[in-house]
Amino acid sequence: MATYVSHDESDFAPPAEVAEVELYHPKTWIGKYVWCQDAKVIAVQYAITAIGIGLVALVLSWLMRLQLGFPNRFAFIDPSNYLQFVSMHGMIMVIYLLTALFLGGFGNYLIPLMVGARDMVFPYVNMLSYWVYLFAVVLLAASFFVPGGPTGAGWTLYPPQAILDGTPGAHWGIILMLVSLAFFIIGFTMGGLNYVVTVLQARTRGMTMMRLPLTVWGIFMATILALLAFPALFVSAIMMILDLTLGTSFFMPALVSKGQQLSYTGGSPLLFQHLFWFFGHPEVYIVALPAFGIVSDLISTHARKNIFGYRMMVWAILVIGGLSFVVWAHHMYVSGMNPYFGFFFATTTLIIAVPTAIKVYNWVLTLWRGNIHLTVPMLFAIGFIFTFVNGGLTGLFLGNVVVDVPLSDTMFVVAHFHMVMAIAPIMVVFGAIYHWYPKITGRMLNDTLGKIHFWISFVGSYAIYYPMHYLGFMGVPRRYYAITGTNFIPESAHSLNVAITIAALIVGATQIVFLYNLVSSYFKGKPSGGNPWDATTLEWQTPDTPPKHGNFGKELPVVYRWAYDYSVPGVKSDFIPQNVPPGEVAAEAWVKA
Amino acid sequence: MTITLVFLSLLMGAVIWWLFKQSVNVQPWVAQGSTRDVHEGVLARPPAKTALWIFLAVVTSLFALFISAYAMRMHFGDWTPLPKPKLLWWNTALLIVTSVSMQWAVVAARRGDADGVRTGLIAVGILSFAFLAGQLAVWQQLNDSGYFLATNPANAFFYLLTAVHGVHLVGGLVAWGRTAAKVWRGIEVAKVRLSVELCAIYWHFLLGVWLVLFALLLST
Repeated sequence: MATYVSHDESDFAPPAEVAEVELYHPKTWIGKYVWCQDAKVIAVQYAITAIGIGLVALVLSWLMRLQLGFPNRFAFIDPSNYLQFVSMHGMIMVIYLLTALFLGGFGNYLIPLMVGARDMVFPYVNMLSYWVYLFAVVLLAASFFVPGGPTGAGWTLYPPQAILDGTPGAHWGIILMLVSLAFFIIGFTMGGLNYVVTVLQARTRGMTMMRLPLTVWGIFMATILALLAFPALFVSAIMMILDLTLGTSFFMPALVSKGQQLSYTGGSPLLFQHLFWFFGHPEVYIVALPAFGIVSDLISTHARKNIFGYRMMVWAILVIGGLSFVVWAHHMYVSGMNPYFGFFFATTTLIIAVPTAIKVYNWVLTLWRGNIHLTVPMLFAIGFIFTFVNGGLTGLFLGNVVVDVPLSDTMFVVAHFHMVMAIAPIMVVFGAIYHWYPKITGRMLNDTLGKIHFWISFVGSYAIYYPMHYLGFMGVPRRYYAITGTNFIPESAHSLNVAITIAALIVGATQIVFLYNLVSSYFKGKPSGGNPWDATTLEWQTPDTPPKHGNFGKELPVVYRWAYDYSVPGVKSDFIPQNVPPGEVAAEAWVKA
Repeated sequence: MTITLVFLSLLMGAVIWWLFKQSVNVQPWVAQGSTRDVHEGVLARPPAKTALWIFLAVVTSLFALFISAYAMRMHFGDWTPLPKPKLLWWNTALLIVTSVSMQWAVVAARRGDADGVRTGLIAVGILSFAFLAGQLAVWQQLNDSGYFLATNPANAFFYLLTAVHGVHLVGGLVAWGRTAAKVWRGIEVAKVRLSVELCAIYWHFLLGVWLVLFALLLST
């Protein structure tokens, strides 16, 4: 039960007013910043941890690219290391960075503020969620220091190879990875229950579901997907741990390893693939849906125009979420499945393009004849539309079985998924940070540095991934340490690899500009005031910036309108916050605050 | 995976129905003068109860996936069904009685009868531990007769599913312990009623899961 209200068992409505003493007030520095139950602090803890481990994964991608661009130049990258870099890079970026940052970071910060709540409904569980997540990250990082190093099985961890001798990290690394994932899922479930119940039950007066900002819808639906999909990863992790430690044969077939018959019999590696992708495909949308939601709000705010087709946007989020559970086997076209299954999964996969395209059209139509401000968040939002459309279109290629089979396991796949679920969501992450940093710290991020950061990251990403499509067409395989003795790969492929590596090094290094901006603006940035973007949603209407514990002071806001009243005809100001009553909008009386 | 898909389709159906109710005939861009209290209806339900139901959906997803994996794995040639120890029937009966006592505690709590709640909770505790002990005894019996974890996938699944179910019951016992502690500290019945009800929902759910698992074991 929430700590902020002390009401009796029969009254569960958050009171509109609370006395100052009833708010949870941490008494010590540790209570405020370490064992903290305030969702806003937990959000920052999540974000810093996720970005920290994400930087490790960024360095790993540099090391990979160094090997691919300049093969055998660097003595410290041997084939085992290379596989470990690939595996850890993938897993960290997908789970420990993007999932944690979108749901744990933005979810925690934005949900209570945007729905007009004082905090999450179960602050203690919310705090535990972060600490369990941190423990999972520590376990994962520990695998770099154990004998044999981290697992090199690829981020998909397919058995049997994941737990056989010969795969790097087959003894320690893989166990740490699986246990870390299990803890991540437990921690996430604690947080996820909070996000969902807060959206359902802690909305302030007047905040109907259909008045929620799309950011909240995106995070809400992604959380539901994650709550239902992560158990599949949990199940496969538990069963693989048992195969590895106690010798069961869930996934392990009878096989001979290094000339020795192992004691496994009859297990099914395909079973693992089904379970893994039953989690793995919704995972794409666990990352994408919050990005969709956030980008809708960024575009609407910075184009000073209401979002086009709000209800369709909500329905598209829901339909994408539902469909994402029935497409998983499109990751397994080459596993020898029945062609009729392939046909089924290709069809469902292509159908996802419909709600997704609705969203893209709606973003573009929101921009159409809007009063577009090319602020840094807006640049990133527009960058997202480009990269997402790009990655989405190559997704249509790969969704077809006949196209997928020759392109499977080539660099084309790498280019596709990086465009659609790495660059596109990361664009939104950056846009969102530039957008909400003023609310979190009270200071603006530096604009010039932000533009440098955007242009190098955006153009640089294209320099990295566009050529990769061509490499894929040539048949350059992914995950290979080095390519030798193949006639079908021309010399020019190698020069392309050099260029990609150089672009990757530059884009990676540019992130230092971003980090510098984050730190220096915290101390020296221009004070932002409470609502620097003239936005309508509740988080910008708090009495204090950064918001204090309890978010809204003594009285909770009352919501009279949806989140997109920008440039309303006949109104002087070009935005009307959600908590402004209709009486106050009498055109002349309403002057810009 | 069919089993999981059926479960998810039902769940998605419910979500779509709910969203349809929220969004049909609503024009969010029209500002409303009155602030119709949106919490009517929704907030008649305590947040903890909503959270519990969502958690149960997550746990159902977990078990549906285990059962899907079971259904896929059993079609491979090396599957040899286990014997079904008689003790399992006794354990099932124990769990049913546990659920009944839990319900009894709920009824007592609604009546405001502190002694009834206490008796009910004690019974639940004893019976739950007895059930867990019974499950361990089944493991012992199977182990003694040579049905080890790693010798056959059927064995492995039996141990795994019973263990996962048992762990969930242990988790429930933590909540039971906290509730019982409240009752023994003499907090009035009206204030622990919700906790007792939540425990009851969870116990009934675990009984349901066990009946499904047991039916699955018996039929294969």
